[in-house]
Amino acid sequence: MTHLSAAPPLLVRDARIAFGERLVARDLTLEFPAGRTTCLLGRSGVGKTSLLRWLAGLLPDAPRSPSVAYMAQSDLLLPWLSVLDNVLLGYRLRGDRTALAAAEGRARALLGEVGLADRVDDRPDRLSGGMRQRAALARTLCEDRPVVLMDEPFAHLDAVTRLELQDLAARLLAGRTAVLVTHDPLEALRVGHQIRVLSGTPFIVAPPIEPTGTVPRDPADPNLLGLHARLVAELRGLAP
Amino acid sequence: MRPLITAIGLLLGWEVLVWATGVPSYILPPPSRVLAVLVERSDLLIAEAAWTATEMIFGLLLGLILGGALAIIFAASAGWRRWALPLVIVSQAIPVIAIAPLLVLWLGYGMASKVVMAALVIFFPVVSALYDGLRRTNEGWLDLARTMDASPRAVLLQIRLPAALPAFASGARIAAAVAPIGAVIGEWVGASAGLGYLMTVSLARGQTPLAFAALVVLCLLGLALYYATDWAARVLVPWQSQGE
Repeated sequence: MTHLSAAPPLLVRDARIAFGERLVARDLTLEFPAGRTTCLLGRSGVGKTSLLRWLAGLLPDAPRSPSVAYMAQSDLLLPWLSVLDNVLLGYRLRGDRTALAAAEGRARALLGEVGLADRVDDRPDRLSGGMRQRAALARTLCEDRPVVLMDEPFAHLDAVTRLELQDLAARLLAGRTAVLVTHDPLEALRVGHQIRVLSGTPFIVAPPIEPTGTVPRDPADPNLLGLHARLVAELRGLAP
Repeated sequence: MRPLITAIGLLLGWEVLVWATGVPSYILPPPSRVLAVLVERSDLLIAEAAWTATEMIFGLLLGLILGGALAIIFAASAGWRRWALPLVIVSQAIPVIAIAPLLVLWLGYGMASKVVMAALVIFFPVVSALYDGLRRTNEGWLDLARTMDASPRAVLLQIRLPAALPAFASGARIAAAVAPIGAVIGEWVGASAGLGYLMTVSLARGQTPLAFAALVVLCLLGLALYYATDWAARVLVPWQSQGE
């Protein structure tokens, strides 16, 4: 919680992003505003995940970005650790016993909020796909980093759970600089302060769309439905 | 059930063959005779089996520890890998049987030479299995650890090593299957006890049925060691069925 006031903006300047041999983006300049959630929308294969990995400092020529929490598309739970220990993985890896002990309460609380309170001691292979995803979400939020990068964190969830976890994430991401990759325009409209649409090869990023109101927004809001139609048109390449 | 029927059929065929050809027992004893010897000399066979089993178990433990340690060193340090890994591979070109007399010369007729022999045979499958496992960690886990600012040491001990344990377990299974080879070769070359020793001695004295009985016990011992290792691997590495 201590970092929150210091959440920095994420800046990309003249970046060249490649995925193996394929050039995903060049001369990319982009800013993700501090303390806000930005949703990246785009069709499959446009390079959303590559951009996110670049931001996380995981691509070869990416700058090492300080203090991010990263959630990949697959849950990446370690099969030999309990759900609780998986959520505390960052603290275990950093080997700081005091911080680890201090974080346990937070980890349990997060697991309670994602509906896994009674599964903390189970191994991941006893969990369903949706539960694993929720555990991974808890692990990401438990990291308590000023910058959070998430790659389709709500995929593989049923509709109701997805809505609940979007609410939870919006609440816990408040004050952090978050970048969230999604396929779903409605999800982007619900949780994003700002939405950027990626299109083309190499991709270009459309100007930000900033819906009004506070996140998480009500999915029944007529304004959102109007924006939804616009986003779908933009994704299909029909917009100017 | 089917393998059992096949085995009984083969034994019956063997019995009939011996009976029909009238081959003497010191050339090829019939199964019934081997069975009788197994019962008659069970005290002797159990005593020798205990000796050989001890050699196999200590050899297996030594091989697992040395092989495991070396694989971890190779995974942790590129320097060691470059200087010593090729040597480990080349060392496998030396037939173990060829070193056996040397080991007996250096370590004596007792248990030590057989334990080292078994460890030598086991060592390579263990190193290669664990080292392979350590190199093939799920990239996603490594990326995740990187974003969590994990030190290389923490990544090795907390992610790469547990992730490689299923591979180590397969190495240990192979090791358990070949451990008897090392121990028995050692006993053939020079020993004063053990099933391999009993076999050479009984063959020299024309007590072929006893040699066959020792062979049967050796088979059972090998199977027991293999299944015990397999069971231990399942209990200690319960996540192996899941893989990456």
